[in-house]
Amino acid sequence: MARVIVVTSGKGGVGKTTTSASISSGLALRGFKTAVIDFDVGLRNLDLIMGCERRVVYDLINVVNGEANLHQALIKDKHCENLFVLPASQTRDKDALTEEGVEKVLKELEHMGFDYVVCDSPAGIERGAVMALTFADEAIIVTNPEVSSVRDSDRILGILQSKSRRAIEGREAVKEHLLVTRYAPKRVEDGEMLSYKDVQELLRIPLIGVIPESDDVLQASNQGTPAIHLKDSDVATAYLDVVARFLDEDRPLRFVAYEKPGLLKRLFGGK
Amino acid sequence: MSLLSYFFGSKQKTAAVAKERLSLIIAHERSTNRAPDFLPALQRELIEVISKYVNVGADDIKVQLEKQDNCEILEVNITLPEQPK
Repeated sequence: MARVIVVTSGKGGVGKTTTSASISSGLALRGFKTAVIDFDVGLRNLDLIMGCERRVVYDLINVVNGEANLHQALIKDKHCENLFVLPASQTRDKDALTEEGVEKVLKELEHMGFDYVVCDSPAGIERGAVMALTFADEAIIVTNPEVSSVRDSDRILGILQSKSRRAIEGREAVKEHLLVTRYAPKRVEDGEMLSYKDVQELLRIPLIGVIPESDDVLQASNQGTPAIHLKDSDVATAYLDVVARFLDEDRPLRFVAYEKPGLLKRLFGGK
Repeated sequence: MSLLSYFFGSKQKTAAVAKERLSLIIAHERSTNRAPDFLPALQRELIEVISKYVNVGADDIKVQLEKQDNCEILEVNITLPEQPK
């Protein structure tokens, strides 16, 4: 059975696409055949983050409408074996995304032997976001330690618990994971930022990881390389930990405590 | 003053304010957004029936569904006016 994971948040700009790119890459690095689908019809960006924007020929809507088959539309990732990208349509109207169409695509991916399908949700609570979570088995809720993001995450959790297939059919609930991103331990220590514990207490779902705020994320997206590939960076390490925890491995939380920079670091301005 | 508050740390931390505000608004939105669809209709009909006998307005009846662990409690709160009709 292919496991369907939705990466969602309600609010925009919190790191959904960054997370989708890194988690799907991480699963592929572990040897799982993985597909990552961009559900943001009209505003596709996953292709840029994955660095395959120039190889897009067909997209999700083409496949839904039968204008192309999945083999033609799936783009093989350049960084890892086992990973395929299905881009969103850039121009079509959003109504083209139907529940039957999405279900058909997911069934076909399963037939093709995919282990995981990661659905990169658009922001908001409109059709695209609902379609992305409809067939989910697991959900990664990406949240910034900031008021509007936490509130919107709670909204999207409500939608997940009422509109997903699992909820409607009364099956076992979608497994929820909280991922706190853009975390700044110093600001938390100074009482300027909600701690990951605060966020978890408010949203009441299990924590799968904390991704530190980092300049590296911009560097990664500039190059079209998912952040998880940035060797020795905190962000990449944090995402590798998230993937490990997703696969039920025990990993202690990192990058959540503020360490005062040493004298040398302060003198020479190292980061 | 600002120097004093700097030394004595009397400035309230904004993260604590954020948490407080969020816990209130999330609790409120959970009770409204996640309520089953029939609640507004139930409330309307209750008002219709009760206002036949007692002079109550739409705001005098509150219908709420609360969840405590595995137990769901339907709470109907009716504020009666001082003089019956």
